[in-house]
Parts: sequence; C-alpha cells; structure tokens
Amino acid sequence: MAEAPKLFKVTIDNITIEVPPGTSILNAARMIGGDVTPPAMCYYSKLQGSGGKCRTCLVEVAAGSTADPRPMPKLVASCRTNVMDGMVVKNITSERVTDARNGVVEFLLINHPLDCPICDQAGECHLQDLGYDHGKESTRYEFSRRTFDREDIGPYIQLHMTRCILCYRCTYVADQLTDNRVHGILDRGDHAEISTYISKAIENDFSGNMIDVCPVGALTDRTFRFKNRVWFTKPVDAHRDCPTCCGKVTLWNRGDEVLRVTVRKDPWGEVQSYDGKPGWICNTCRFDKKKLSDWVIEGPTKIARHSVMGANHYINAKRPLETISEVMGGRHPRVLMDIHKVSDVNQPEVMLSELPGPATGDTFNGQKLEYSTNITDGKIGSPSNEEGTDSTNPNTP
Amino acid sequence: MGRKLLLDKAHIENIRLYDVYRREGGYRSVEKALKSMSPDQVTEEVKKSGLRGRGGAGFPTGMKWSFLAKPEGVPRYLVVNADESEPGTFKDRYLMEFIPHLLIEGMITSSYALGSSRSYIYIRGEYAWIVDILEQAIAEAKNNGWLGKNILGSGFDCEIYVHPGAGAYICGEETALLESLEGKRGNPRIKPPFPAVKGLWDCPTVVNNVETIAAVVPIVNEGGEEYAKIGIGKSTGTKLISSCGNIKKPGVYEIDMTISVEEFIYSDEYCGGIPKGKRLKACIPGGSSVPILPANLLLKTAKGETRMMTYESLADGGFATGSMMGSGGFIVLDETQCVVRHTYTLARFYRHESCGQCSPCREGTGWMEKILLNIENGKGKMTDVDLLWDIQRKIEGNTICPLGDAAAWPVAAAIRHFRDEFEWHILNPEECLRRNYGLANYGSVPAKV
Repeated sequence: MAEAPKLFKVTIDNITIEVPPGTSILNAARMIGGDVTPPAMCYYSKLQGSGGKCRTCLVEVAAGSTADPRPMPKLVASCRTNVMDGMVVKNITSERVTDARNGVVEFLLINHPLDCPICDQAGECHLQDLGYDHGKESTRYEFSRRTFDREDIGPYIQLHMTRCILCYRCTYVADQLTDNRVHGILDRGDHAEISTYISKAIENDFSGNMIDVCPVGALTDRTFRFKNRVWFTKPVDAHRDCPTCCGKVTLWNRGDEVLRVTVRKDPWGEVQSYDGKPGWICNTCRFDKKKLSDWVIEGPTKIARHSVMGANHYINAKRPLETISEVMGGRHPRVLMDIHKVSDVNQPEVMLSELPGPATGDTFNGQKLEYSTNITDGKIGSPSNEEGTDSTNPNTP
Repeated sequence: MGRKLLLDKAHIENIRLYDVYRREGGYRSVEKALKSMSPDQVTEEVKKSGLRGRGGAGFPTGMKWSFLAKPEGVPRYLVVNADESEPGTFKDRYLMEFIPHLLIEGMITSSYALGSSRSYIYIRGEYAWIVDILEQAIAEAKNNGWLGKNILGSGFDCEIYVHPGAGAYICGEETALLESLEGKRGNPRIKPPFPAVKGLWDCPTVVNNVETIAAVVPIVNEGGEEYAKIGIGKSTGTKLISSCGNIKKPGVYEIDMTISVEEFIYSDEYCGGIPKGKRLKACIPGGSSVPILPANLLLKTAKGETRMMTYESLADGGFATGSMMGSGGFIVLDETQCVVRHTYTLARFYRHESCGQCSPCREGTGWMEKILLNIENGKGKMTDVDLLWDIQRKIEGNTICPLGDAAAWPVAAAIRHFRDEFEWHILNPEECLRRNYGLANYGSVPAKV
C-alpha cells in the first residue's frame, strides 16, 4: 500500500495525534501512551473480535468528528469505537469516565476471590494492576462470592473459574489459533462459566497461549503452579529454532532452572508481533523445553508494563513526602531494623509495661500517650509519624 | 369507541384459516403494494404514517427502513422479532395466536418494501404452539400464491421462515437475536455496525416487532396519511396494550392513543378498574423494564396535565417524574402490593436473564438482587438503599446492550418514588414480613373515578 492519503486527527485528553483511519480510540491512545491509555481487560489487539465486554476502557467522546461535532450521549468502549477525523476524547480528564471505571472495577472484583497471595498470576495480573489503580480500599459487597471447582483441562492447563472475569479471550485463542475449539462459555449471566464439554481435554498444539492471554489467574500453567512467585524469577529473552512456531520466548528462570516459558509481551501485556505476525508459541516450546541448553539466550527482558513485576509501585500509590532519614532526624534507616541496638526491650531501666505499643496506646505505634516522648527520646524513631506505615515500609524507595 | 385496526377482526370465527381471512379482506395490502406501488412508495407510506416501533424503543419505523443499506449483490433481510419475553407483555402472542395471517401479510408487504426475499420470524421458544399456527399460516399463504417465486406476477420472490428461540430474554435484543438466528450463542453484538448495515450474516437487516409489521397492513390499505390522523401528535395509529395485575379485566386491548391513563384503568371498555374496591398504588406502564410510577404521577404529570396513553405523555417529565410507553405491558399494582418485593422479583428476573457478556450487567444485576432480597426479608441496612442507587447508576448506560438499562431503571424508579417503603422495610424488619406497607402518601387517588 502506498502512503495513507489522509490521517485522522484525534484529541485524547488534550493531546492531539494523527492516526490512520480505522484505528480504534484505544489504539490511538496507546500510540500516545502513558496515563491517557485506558485499561483493557478483554480487548486483545491480536485476537479478532475481542473487546467491548469488560467495559474498563470506557471513554467519553466530547465531539464525534469535525463534520458532526455532537458529543456521544453514552460512554463508549474505546477498544471497539473507531476514531473519526476531529474526534475529541476524554479519558482521565472526565469525571464520568473515572466514576464509571471505578464502578466497573468494583463489579469485576465483587466475585473475584482476591486470593492473590496464593495465585500464580499475582505480580503480572492485569486485574491486580487495575485494582490498585482504580479500586476501592474495601468492598461494599457483603455476600458470599461465586465459586467453582478447579478443573484440569488437559495435561498442561488448569482452569480456576472462580478467578475468571469472562473476558472471552481464551475462546478467541481457541477459535483463531487452534483448529478446533473444545471449550466455551456455558450458562449465562453471573453464573456463566468457561468450561469444556464434559471435561474434554484441551490438547491442541497452540492451546498454551490461552494462559498468556488470560488477564487474571483463571488459566494457569500446570507445570509452573506454585513453583515460584513471578517477582522472584528472572526473565530473559531467548529463542530456539522451532518448526511449528516463531520460537521467540521469555524464559522465567531461577538460577539455572527454567521455571516457565511464555510468549514475549509488549507494553500492553499482549504478545509481541514480529513482521506483523503475533509471536504465539507452541506447546512444545512452552511446556517441554525447560532446560537452558534448549535455548539461545538473548538478554534480560525489559518489563515495560507498570505492574508489580515492572516497577513495584503504582501510579496512584501515594509516596510519602519526606524520606525515612528525614523522619528519623538524619539517622540511617538501617538502625530501625536492628532490634538489639535500638529496642527498649533491651534496656533494663525501662518498664516494659510502659512501652508505647498496641497494648498501651490508641494506635499500633502507641500514639497519644503523654509519656511516650520521655521514653523514646533519642532511643527509637519517633512514633508520631503521620504517614503511618508507609515511610517505614522497607519496600518504599 | 376507539378505532381498531389490528384486532378488529380477531374474533371472527376461524380467522386463523386462510379462507376466512381472505374473505374478510385479507391480503389486500399485498395486492395493492405489489401491483400498484414501488418498494420506495411503500416505505414512503410507512414514513408518512408516523408509525413508531412497537417493541419498546419507539423508533420511527419508516426512518429505520430508509437507513437500510442497499449495496448491489448483497441480500437484505427482514427479521420479525417475536421473542416477546418482557414480563407483563403478551400482545404479540395474542396477535399471532388469533390472527396469524395479519403478520404474514404484513411481512410480505414489508419484505417487498425492503427487498428481502427471505424473511424470518424469530419467535420465543416458549410459544411452541404458536410456531405451529404460524407454520400453518405460511403453508396456506404459499399454497395460495402469496409466497414463493414471482408473487402475483410481480417478479418479487419471498419466503418466510419461523425460527424458535431457546428461552432467553436477551434474544429479544436485536443483535443477540441475529446471533441466535445464525446459530450462535445469543450475545448482543457491539454497535456500531448497526443491523441496517451489517445484520444477519453480515448483510443489511431490518429487525421489527410483530405489531409494527402487522401495522404495515392497515397503513398500506388506508394510506399513511389516513393512519397518521389517528392518535395524538407523534403517537400515531393504534397500539396494543397488554394489561395485567390488579385490574378487573386483564387482557390485550387495542387503543388508538387518544385516551388517558385514568380512562384506560377505570373504564369498563378497558381494564375495568381495580377489583374489590382497592385503591391504585402504582403502575408500570410499558413492560417490566420501564420505570414504575406511583398513582399520583401516573394519572397526572408533574405539570398537572392529564397523562395520556401516548409515547410523549407517558415519557413526560423524563425519568424523574415520567416513564415510557415501552412495549405496552401495563402492570397495575393496588394498595396491597409491596414495591420492594416487586422490585426484587424484577431484579431476580434480570439477573437470571443477563447474558454475562459485559461486567456491569453480569455482576451488578446479581448484586442488586441479593441486596433487594435482604431488604425484603428484613435484613437490610439503611446504607443499602444508597448502595442500590449507586449500583444501578453504574450499570445504566455502561453496558453493551439495553438489558443493563432495563435492569437498572426499575430499581432506580422504585427507590426514587418509594424510598420510604424501602426504609420502612429496613426499620421494621419483623413487621415487613407480616404485612405490606400499603399506600402511605401515594394514596391520594379515590377507589373509583
């Protein structure tokens, strides 16, 4: 194709970009990148027909196009709405959008088990990221959550339906990558579930890609289950000469051991494309080649997504204004950790029962006690830290 | 009193049979259209008639027809939506059961106008015996040359197929209906593209309600302008209302949209008033998904005008003080009914019928149902009412298809107009299990007008 004759001008959150006709609002926002990109749980650019279901990518269209500048009355799903020339879109600048998105996240979480501590997806889970960015700190849902039994579908994949958010991505993978789909959505509404017809095994050679497209921990790699937390593993890019797939993968290693193999992911958590083709990998590469000698290592993987794996902090997470050493009056925070040197427990002149703490104080730090300053003066860090536990969290930079 | 165009002959004996129907003047519109009119002229007549979609949204039918894309070499389809699953609505059932040839006749004329040589009736699976009635009517029409190839020598071919659904409310949504008709899971499609551009098998498609298509027959017979003279303002023609609930004479009535709501409820010609001398508490004027109205707002609008049985008047005041004509399922509640219980019943229905495709509807409907059940059982908290309001607000308008709105509106309206009843339930957990709230301050309406 020759040069595209005309590009559409679209303004998203006051940033203007020119995109080819037929681009969705979401993809235009991804070209801009950063905060203006709406989150997407169900849309997957490499799977035809995906998107429009989760409603997290809702945006407000303030002006339809130059020709017809009327605003759209409802919020639209940005993943399935194409840009028009002169369209003005509001994402994070619109309160309606933020409000609706928070609502959607709340809906997605009411029936989610929130078992992140034992979930293999934790650390690279899109729902986890979404929850940190848009979720409430507590739930208003007071009923028992929907649960399903765990199910092994085939030798490699385990389905944990309780965690599923019904994004339909895995059904699109089966439709578009494998020759025969044997699983799908049974039932409807909030009792809908993904399953195979009478527990049939999913055995196709490309079925493992379902694990990678799953935004939550509903489909997990049985060869990796409970082996390790993803943030303890070291991801490296590697490739091998594979007759069935592109062979370009990310290895997740611990020491010399290859714990799991996945596709390489782009900044949006989707599989990377090579020469316009998505780099799906076959089950042989994914499940059988678990030795470093099987692979040619290219180098460490850069995690571009903002996630637990990537940055260890979140856009909306509040950073304490002052550093720990400021709070500590210039002393090195390390002394906090050395209980033998700093704790009052080791000081015989102090009455244990008068120590500030949960037993004697109103708060955990023992605040609001009149004599607390006398005891702690120059001995341990000031307990009257207004920021609470944030600044004493060793994970905070 | 009122004029009847659709059901005037419905009670003639054996009108279900072709011979009787033909003798009573049936299939005249097909003759007229195919012999003396071009397809565009038929569409023009429908436009002139001001006919509005009878399925619920009230979109002008002529305009819908003129939006149909007409690319060369691509077939076009007419699909009749007979998946009438809205609680309280049973008008299409009546029409198809008693006078099926009216629908077939309307379909042939409409197919001619739209250029559809294969038209479908998607009927809800529970209407199994009506499938037989329609199949018989189609066979009779075909034997008499009204269907098939080269109808009346005009060169126009038309076939009609009946397709029963499998019992899903969501398949009444037009794109879900098309998916189901294609043999897929009945999930609504994401619009755009609209069915007028990409519908059944990606071809331009018009989806119309049974009653809308039946109304095409009198429009073609009498002319669009003549039809438009009936009714008030933009609510032209006659409308079938299926009334039920606490009334003396439940049933399907054809009204010409010139009567008031009060007349419709209390007149002996229609519902005949409320039995046992009870008083009117509330009413859902257009099928379960439209907002409920308390008696004082039902009979008079917020401006103090008499509320008429028209699209505009029922919607007067927006959702704050008005409702919608909807599909014409008129549900009347008397003073003994409990609005909380009623709202819970509807919430349970929408939870069960949500397709589960998009998250606000899938999760929100179930959540609302659980909260409403708690309140109904006297286990509610005061914050639950605000929570319900917040949930419905976050569902409404944020879903793929209108089912989310349909689930949110009844809850919203019940809280808006009957908040004190919800609060009474919460404050009197023991008492609410034994007796109903009654009328309180909505009971300013006398038992008999």
